[in-house]
Amino acid sequence: MNMLEVAGLNVWFGKNRDRVDAVKGATFDVGQGESFGLVGESGSGKSTILRAITGLAPNWSGTMTLGGKPIGKKRPKEFFKTVQMVFQDPYASLHPRHSVDQVLGETLHLHGFKDIDARVVKLLDDVGLGQKFRFRYPHQLSGGQRQRVAIARALAPEPELLLLDEPTSALDVSVQAEILNLLADLRNDRGLTYLMVSHDLSVVGHMCDRLAVMKDGEIVEILDVVALRAMDATHAYSRQLLEASL
Amino acid sequence: MMSTLLDVQNLWVRFPTRNGVFDAVRGVSFTLGRERLGIVGESGSGKSMTGRAILRLIRSPGIVEADQISLEGQDLMKLSEKDMRAVRGQRISMVMQDPKFSLNPVMTIGDQIIEAYRLHNSASKADAYNKSLEMLEAVSIRDAERVMRAYPHEMSGGMGQRIMIAMMLIPNPEILIADEPTSALDVSVQRQVLDIMDKLVKERGMGLIFISHDLNLVADFCDRVLIMYSGRIVEVCDADKLHEAKHPYTRGLLNSLPRLDAPRERLEVLERDPQWSEAPSVSGSE
Repeated sequence: MNMLEVAGLNVWFGKNRDRVDAVKGATFDVGQGESFGLVGESGSGKSTILRAITGLAPNWSGTMTLGGKPIGKKRPKEFFKTVQMVFQDPYASLHPRHSVDQVLGETLHLHGFKDIDARVVKLLDDVGLGQKFRFRYPHQLSGGQRQRVAIARALAPEPELLLLDEPTSALDVSVQAEILNLLADLRNDRGLTYLMVSHDLSVVGHMCDRLAVMKDGEIVEILDVVALRAMDATHAYSRQLLEASL
Repeated sequence: MMSTLLDVQNLWVRFPTRNGVFDAVRGVSFTLGRERLGIVGESGSGKSMTGRAILRLIRSPGIVEADQISLEGQDLMKLSEKDMRAVRGQRISMVMQDPKFSLNPVMTIGDQIIEAYRLHNSASKADAYNKSLEMLEAVSIRDAERVMRAYPHEMSGGMGQRIMIAMMLIPNPEILIADEPTSALDVSVQRQVLDIMDKLVKERGMGLIFISHDLNLVADFCDRVLIMYSGRIVEVCDADKLHEAKHPYTRGLLNSLPRLDAPRERLEVLERDPQWSEAPSVSGSE
């Protein structure tokens, strides 16, 4: 069964004269336990797809189903237990005046967990941070450590599908390697499904099984990673993108 | 040997803090000829500080110290602030990372380029206008007349960066310092901007200092590379031999990159050796 199915998805912003169609007729599906990538240049609509799935982009049409159940305009609480998102910029996505303990504790509380203390400890261990980071504030953490906290927060409600929006583009290559390894380990351990947005084809090639290439709001091609490595893209734009990233 | 444009010897950048003095750059020496010199390193390695220190653009309380920073025999460390202003832009230009923060949002692009030109050349407005148009065309901007009338927010990132390059090149400097000029851009646009820079550097015989965190890009684009770690140069090599680099830090960086042509289960994680930051800085002089 597919974890996520998206068919004929349109997303737009503004109205009348100012209307911008950010995503036009996107169709793809992500299997259970699969890691699926969305690539394209800035403004191609790849992040907007993630935002539409989580409900951060209110104007959309088309159908989206999660685990066989259609996603409506209003998302029930269980939805957010199943789907979580990790944002691009770890410097902007954590509250500057909340300690790591507060960030994780509040998330757990909102999702109705009772054993918050034990869970915070476990989450920190899972993302390789450990106890000494528990009462630190974001400014006392490096970029990589912040991204680990953001991943821990996303893991708190024990989701099945993680939406990753450029999770490493703000990080140095050595730190990027650590985060990508962590994400790969978490997927192996928990059988998570990933939907990952990136402009870096080599990152997507490393992390994903299949990927969709986007241009101007449309998906121009869906490839598997074998075809990607063999430089076996059929659409002219994907080929251009592949050549530029070598 | 090439003629030396810039000779930097024993450059230090220090910041006094409450917990003692922090050394951002620690005794870096290198020379620049008419070539493309890359400086790579991670965030915090001091690469941007090195670039800014050459122009003495380190804000107080930061301190720049050096045995010498000589531009064709003239020691920049000894110049007064007033004389230094004649060097900035005129003889050494700098392109910053993000065009969004480097262009004035309330001035048209035309006015900004004309201002840059007339600051250094006594030219009439009409001449400056024509020269600016010419420069925009040189960085492959179509419809330059419309762009002259436009404001920065109407431009895409790639166009903004090309406009920055046009503005920096219009006084015809001898050295261009480019600090991560393409990291805010998409791969496809990145190529175009680099090609333009490359062409201009070659045609005008300029020296280019290209600061970047992207090893592959630098290996591709530069002639010579300095690799910096915690304020020091740990290795110097020819750009086309970067992939044969010997220092464990450089090797670690290269190995931590995911590669399309060599898939791996796990990426290698860099193990940092405290000795790397203790070892004396390697000289980047030719």
